[in-house]
Amino acid sequence: MKPSRLNVEPQLAHPDDFYQALLELHQGLTDEESRLANAKLILLLANHIGDQAVLDEALRIAREGLGEGSASAVERSGSAVPSVIWAAPLRRVTKERT
Amino acid sequence: MARAHERPVYAYRRVADQDTGRPVYHPVVIVGAGPVGLTAALDCAVHGLPHVLLDAEDTVCEGSKAICFAKRSLEIFDRLGCGERLVSKGVVWNLGRVFFGGRQIYAFNLAPEAGHQRPAFINLQQYYLEECLIERLGELGGTDLRWRNTVTGVEPCADGVGLTVDTPDGAYRMRCDYLIVADGARSPIRHLLGLPCRGQVFQDRFLIADVVMQADFPTERWFWFKPPFHTGQSTLLHRQADNVWRIDFQLDRDADPDEEKRPERVIARIKAMLGEQVRFDLDWVSVYTFQCRRMERFQHAGRIFFVGDAAHQVSPFGARGANGGIQDVDNLIWKLALVMAGKAPAALLESYDAERIPAADENILNSTRSTEFITPKSEASRAFRDATLMLAEHYPFARRLVNSGRLSVPAMLRGSPLNTPDTETFDSPLGPGAPCADAPIQTATGEDWLLRQLGNLFTGVYFAAAHGRVSARSVEIIRTLAGGTIPVTVRVVGERLSGKGPDGCGIVDVAGLVRRRYGGSPGTFYLIRPDQHVCARWRQLELEPVRHALLRALGQTQRHSEQIA
Repeated sequence: MKPSRLNVEPQLAHPDDFYQALLELHQGLTDEESRLANAKLILLLANHIGDQAVLDEALRIAREGLGEGSASAVERSGSAVPSVIWAAPLRRVTKERT
Repeated sequence: MARAHERPVYAYRRVADQDTGRPVYHPVVIVGAGPVGLTAALDCAVHGLPHVLLDAEDTVCEGSKAICFAKRSLEIFDRLGCGERLVSKGVVWNLGRVFFGGRQIYAFNLAPEAGHQRPAFINLQQYYLEECLIERLGELGGTDLRWRNTVTGVEPCADGVGLTVDTPDGAYRMRCDYLIVADGARSPIRHLLGLPCRGQVFQDRFLIADVVMQADFPTERWFWFKPPFHTGQSTLLHRQADNVWRIDFQLDRDADPDEEKRPERVIARIKAMLGEQVRFDLDWVSVYTFQCRRMERFQHAGRIFFVGDAAHQVSPFGARGANGGIQDVDNLIWKLALVMAGKAPAALLESYDAERIPAADENILNSTRSTEFITPKSEASRAFRDATLMLAEHYPFARRLVNSGRLSVPAMLRGSPLNTPDTETFDSPLGPGAPCADAPIQTATGEDWLLRQLGNLFTGVYFAAAHGRVSARSVEIIRTLAGGTIPVTVRVVGERLSGKGPDGCGIVDVAGLVRRRYGGSPGTFYLIRPDQHVCARWRQLELEPVRHALLRALGQTQRHSEQIA
């Protein structure tokens, strides 16, 4: 079976309608509530897609052009930093073992 | 504070070793009489390995500490002869409830499928576990248990390990062939040897309290995210033996641990949680932080083995600390016994790292993920966590994302060099490396459980044909296996007891579950290690493949194998 790919061709019949609905989702919400609404939306859609390979590709594209190790990005994401530092030595150790 | 439990004091005794001017030799020395070190001593006793167990203190642990003991640990304790008393003292629970704010968002049931002797988990205070293991050591005999013996020097050399031990009467020296280090997360011996332990250090603090109360809460695991009664991020309530309840409060990151441990303050927190009307006594309070990290290797200089928290540490979510350490010991001691008896090459001991490092990594990965969910570290992480919890109340898919601890499961040892891979297809997940599944059975002596027939030695499980007879050829193979240098005791599984193979080793598959769980079509044969993990399996019983698999499980190289075969 061919590995599935993220479909990045235009799919939406009425893109403006969708975009408007997306913005309306956030109407009257505080920033924190908006973050929650976005998170719920992502979780719902990810479950609907249900294909890790497709999701991985979407995650990769979503990260494009962002972060790239700039100090300010690290500060913004707060203590997400230790997990990155931690993951690296663990991989290294695993490699040495084999 | 009222005491729910009086800690026994085990007397320091002066031993003859202290009066000999030179180091006295002992085959195995175990350092640390916590759950993992005690299990190591028990396993040595069961395998007849002479050993000394040293502990710097003279009592069991203070407070409940590790409280959740998993099914696999109980099965290991069954093999060591004390599973039943742990289960009867402990509290069996299957139901977990997850709350978000003031609302229950869902409940989950951990009850395993029917037809297993042991429950998914028991809750039992660590001090009771330790007392039970010490009692069992006394019954088995053979353990030279020395309290208030602190190791202050370790010198590995080519043919053994030298130790300097401090006691109330001053220092003395010993040497041993093998040293098992079970001296806990701070492992003084790891520090003496200058061995690093790398990983992630968490800043989150948890207040942990043992409370004695007559309460009518059910025996369930209750986990609150953002509880309404507590400003921290999470709270966990667990029932233990003797009406002792364990409560873990996550504290704010800037909380002052000494201030938080003050009884008035803890009591106020608990009243806010349980209500003003609930009467309780505070038994024990502590504040903990944790790390998710491990040593690069658990075997050092060939003869020193780190087990349990000394080798690897996890966050408490998932009960993967003590349960992981108990599996370390289960993995190590039979190998040590065979190598020390000259029946396997020292190379077998290297499989301890090959098998337990991936297991430790799995525990670290799972407990780190749980920690990320329970204590989100960024706004984005918190938003996803809360969104997951909000969805979970109404949408079942989100419940599978909620992570209040992925509870300890046994390591599958999939990539182990001791496994002989399947060459045929089986309708059973119990492939090479998997721990054997239990099932109800009947033997000549009555109703029993399959796992109680396996372990300590290499065993085989052979599935007889439906009519119950075993061919003369298979009987001959079974006899040959039983009489080998490394004896393999074969259990014959059938539908009736009469005429089941040689030597009265028949097992009746009363519920058909052995056959179902093992994919046991007639002729199927499983070769099982002394720690109840599967070595190899075949659709037909033939002597040569079993011999090869056995040698492979003993860490023999191909050349060794040919010489021996």
